[in-house]
Amino acid sequence: MTMKLPIYMDYHATTPVDPRVVDAMLPYFTTHFGNAASRNHAFGWEAEEAVETARRQVADLIGANPKEIIFTSGATESNNLAIKGVAEMYREKGNHIITCVTEHKAVIDTCKKLEKQGGRVTYLPVQKDGRIDLADLRAAITEKTILITIMTANNEIGVLQPIAEIGAIAKEKGILFHTDAVQAVGKVPFSVTDAKVDLVSMSGHKFYGPKGVGALYVRRRNPRVLLAEQISGGGHERGMRSGTLNVPGIVGLGAAAAIAQAEMATESKRLRMLRDELNKKLHANLDELYINGSMEYRLPHNLNVSFAYVEGESLLMGINDVAVSSGSACTSASLEPSYVLKALGAGDDLAHSSIRFGLGRWTTEEEVDYVVEKLTTVVRRLREMSPLYEMAKEGVDLAKMQWVTH
Amino acid sequence: MAYSNKVIDHYENPRNVGSLPKDDLNVGTGLVGAPECGDVMKLQVMVNPDTGVIDDAKFKTFGCGSAIASSSLATEWLKGKTVDQALAIKNTEIVAELSLPPVKIHCSVLAEDAIKAAIADYKKKQSEAKGETAVERPSQPIA
Repeated sequence: MTMKLPIYMDYHATTPVDPRVVDAMLPYFTTHFGNAASRNHAFGWEAEEAVETARRQVADLIGANPKEIIFTSGATESNNLAIKGVAEMYREKGNHIITCVTEHKAVIDTCKKLEKQGGRVTYLPVQKDGRIDLADLRAAITEKTILITIMTANNEIGVLQPIAEIGAIAKEKGILFHTDAVQAVGKVPFSVTDAKVDLVSMSGHKFYGPKGVGALYVRRRNPRVLLAEQISGGGHERGMRSGTLNVPGIVGLGAAAAIAQAEMATESKRLRMLRDELNKKLHANLDELYINGSMEYRLPHNLNVSFAYVEGESLLMGINDVAVSSGSACTSASLEPSYVLKALGAGDDLAHSSIRFGLGRWTTEEEVDYVVEKLTTVVRRLREMSPLYEMAKEGVDLAKMQWVTH
Repeated sequence: MAYSNKVIDHYENPRNVGSLPKDDLNVGTGLVGAPECGDVMKLQVMVNPDTGVIDDAKFKTFGCGSAIASSSLATEWLKGKTVDQALAIKNTEIVAELSLPPVKIHCSVLAEDAIKAAIADYKKKQSEAKGETAVERPSQPIA
């Protein structure tokens, strides 16, 4: 088989929709177009049935009851609904939320908004490996704490947080626990029972489903979690999320969940092997590579590496037939280097030099080899052009230099 | 982001990458930027002491494609110019030549700073040398 260029190795950003998922969705655009809320005719019943099947498929994937699944437009909405919904509903109980500095912006910015409205938020630091320290979490808890929101897996460095332990602490203290599990669900085993979690955000397009559809798991028992609605209207989704259901999208989310559940074991094993291969071959070819985040507690399909003395955007420019991401300032909309990598404390210079690889369902060994070869050539070329590389080779301690910033 | 053809050309075929002997009296070295900001440029000029003309210029840059292109272009322009002409190079000329978008203007500013820093270093060395006893020093660049 000939390899197709460009190569997609940015599966944390999004994934293509699996053709089997598309097949499942198609009838719901045309022949089965009914409104799932139409209770008095066959078109509505058909749509409702499809939605309930999808609800069960999503619930099965995370070991939940179908009644605990609320469909949303995606994980950003799920995160907003979970955090703002809890803050509003449990206002009498307290106003303090605990989260972490490496969370996705959908969580951080939601928390910031609540702070402006009088809420209190603790942003836990992370250790060098990207995981929070459970002692920090315990120390941050106050009588006013109503919610802990910590992601399952990080979108940049793929690091898995100790969510089962966090869940146990939350349970012990009677605090609700929400996790943004967007990068983990469908990729690694995830169970709401094991994680002792009360709210879970998920997104279809991160596991080979369509964009614009996601879900929020809301625990119904021990405890029964209540949320203040954030979108008002016809009272869909147990009153927690109004709006006509996106039936084709929901069908797609369900189909993607079923495929993920069936294939997760073999797929994650295959991707772990390819990822380890990528890592090993890069290290064999190049020196001074730094892995960002724990290699032990990490998604099997993620690798985040800093290529010292080389700036990320110039590196991406040299491998323009490979789609990956960088934590460099020049590649971000904010012109700031990745706040996730900065939080690891490795220094901004390594954030500028970082590349995130996300492997996925259609990644091949041949592609991995191509990426290794290409990167090796470009990194070597750019290092020859790098004053930092030259200085380091001359024995200059770059950290002790007085730099002329501008 | 889409790059202009000229940026791509300088990135793929950078002119004058390398180093001149930094201890040479006729060589001025400018090192500007900072690793934590994501760009560092080293720009060097070698000035003919008799004519005051820049005979050679070299650069090394840690930075994005536009930063590499800005410094590469700067070395091209420096060669054959007198020190005073070199000081007249403006970052806006680099922006125009490379069609840099607004978010990349700082790359051209850095290149202008690098030119000024290299020439300031050269001038400082020259005036220090005049204050001392004249010492013959090699002025040939190392190939």
